[in-house]
Amino acid sequence: MNSALLIIGGFLALSLALGLLARRGREMSLEQWTVGGRGFGALFVFLLMAGEIYTTFTFLGGSGWAYGRGAPAFYILCYGALSYSLSYFLLPVVWRYATKHQLHSQADFFVSKYRSRGLGLLVALVSVAAIVPYLVLQLKGLGIIVSECSYGAVSTPAAVWISTAGLVAYVIVSGVRGSAWTAVLKDIMILAVAVGLGIYLPYHYYGGYQPMFEAIERAKPGFLTLAPRGMSETWFISTVALSALGFYMWPHAFASSYTARSEDVFRKNAAVMPLYQLVLLYVFFTGFAAILQVPGLKGPAADLSLLRLSKLAFSSPVVGIIGAAGLLTAIVPGSMLLMTGATILAKNVYRPLRPGAGDHTISRLARGLVPVIATFAAWLALRGGDAIVPLLLMGYNLVTQLAPALFLCLGERPRVTPAGAMAGIAAGETVIACSSLGGVTLAKLFPAWPSAITDLNIGIVALVLNVGVMAVVSLLTRSRGDR
Amino acid sequence: MGRPRAYRWLAVLPTLGILGGVPFANRVHRYVLGLPFLLIWIVAWVIATSVLMAVIGALDRRRDAAESRDHPRS
Repeated sequence: MNSALLIIGGFLALSLALGLLARRGREMSLEQWTVGGRGFGALFVFLLMAGEIYTTFTFLGGSGWAYGRGAPAFYILCYGALSYSLSYFLLPVVWRYATKHQLHSQADFFVSKYRSRGLGLLVALVSVAAIVPYLVLQLKGLGIIVSECSYGAVSTPAAVWISTAGLVAYVIVSGVRGSAWTAVLKDIMILAVAVGLGIYLPYHYYGGYQPMFEAIERAKPGFLTLAPRGMSETWFISTVALSALGFYMWPHAFASSYTARSEDVFRKNAAVMPLYQLVLLYVFFTGFAAILQVPGLKGPAADLSLLRLSKLAFSSPVVGIIGAAGLLTAIVPGSMLLMTGATILAKNVYRPLRPGAGDHTISRLARGLVPVIATFAAWLALRGGDAIVPLLLMGYNLVTQLAPALFLCLGERPRVTPAGAMAGIAAGETVIACSSLGGVTLAKLFPAWPSAITDLNIGIVALVLNVGVMAVVSLLTRSRGDR
Repeated sequence: MGRPRAYRWLAVLPTLGILGGVPFANRVHRYVLGLPFLLIWIVAWVIATSVLMAVIGALDRRRDAAESRDHPRS
């Protein structure tokens, strides 16, 4: 075993210990485990939410996309800022209602607002379906980190299984408080590592940022601007809009707002979070620096670029620290995702079907589902296929379809009927399923249309259909005496 | 809620700057502070978002305080 792997293992043990410490002296009821007893101040909620932002997606996926795609990667820096400006107005409304009605999950919110168990069930299934690719990409990232930092000693499948076991152990011991404490450790590490790499590597290899970008532009003309077709301006704008809308539709992000002590928390966070996002810039720099130094990583292999360049530039212990930062960026959000998925399945899918089940049974089932979901995600991660960023884009497409039904129920009464909301969501998800599973694209369906239209993110098309169907079905069901 | 809070419309600016500004920024080929123009444009708007939200937050807090002084809840 080399020193890099030892360091990574040490950090895994440390995060487990932090989880155990956070748990000590508290009885872990479902409320404690999932929403931390609703007593978190601005700093804690900030850490939880920030913990969800810097995931493997940003660390390996962000650098991988800068390496493999160039300018389209900038979208990752855009949508967060827009979501935070939205969150200032959205989250206090959600929080007030959820606190008043003692809600635990996102699906609870829909059930309570629309007075419809059916809609709650649909929302629960959609959000679990969206969580799966997000979890898969965390495990992929973990697998990459462990196998790369072992310098070939551990194969990728073995690395994915080891990581999955570590993640499950972590979730079972810690719960949401553990996540917040590990998030502190994680955020310090990732800040130091990302900024350190993003400054050192461009200066070391190119003598500065502008020389680096000029060298890239010479080697790959047009790489630093959006192309006229494909990942064009249309793609960029529609993807940013879609992701900004979807950001708080993620069940874990939505529900982490429940942990806040007061609504002032969200006001502070809306101002701080965008700045915090700028760390991404340094992640991009690392990906760009790798282009000319470790060329030839094609397709999904681009996700390896950050670690490959690190191995070229640094000795094994430093690579270990970088790998440990990567491990934590996967394990904190990964644990939130796993916990959220398991809680949703137990509380919002199993319980409506078995109304007699008590809190204790549900809580035990939620914990029991953790390894099941993790195993399923690990299996999917090993089937190969997509790079990290496309996996998240798929999750976003799924989860954003919940946005219209959510925004339309924030007032006193929902503006659409439960049947309308369900039909709209179902229509939107059908479009997403056809495009992700069947490979249907606008460009293939309408080859004659201009690329300014066919480059639209398919999620936007699904969203338009979603709203249309929702309106029509609502009108039809309302006339039959709903009000 | 009291009087309308028109300053809250400031929160729309980042959306306009980022979504509306990208086609413009993508056509400028020069470096600012060593970064490609599209990237620096986005970074500038991310910082502006933070500033705008801090301003709105401060104004809202002041307004809340004034309103609870004028109309005590209890």
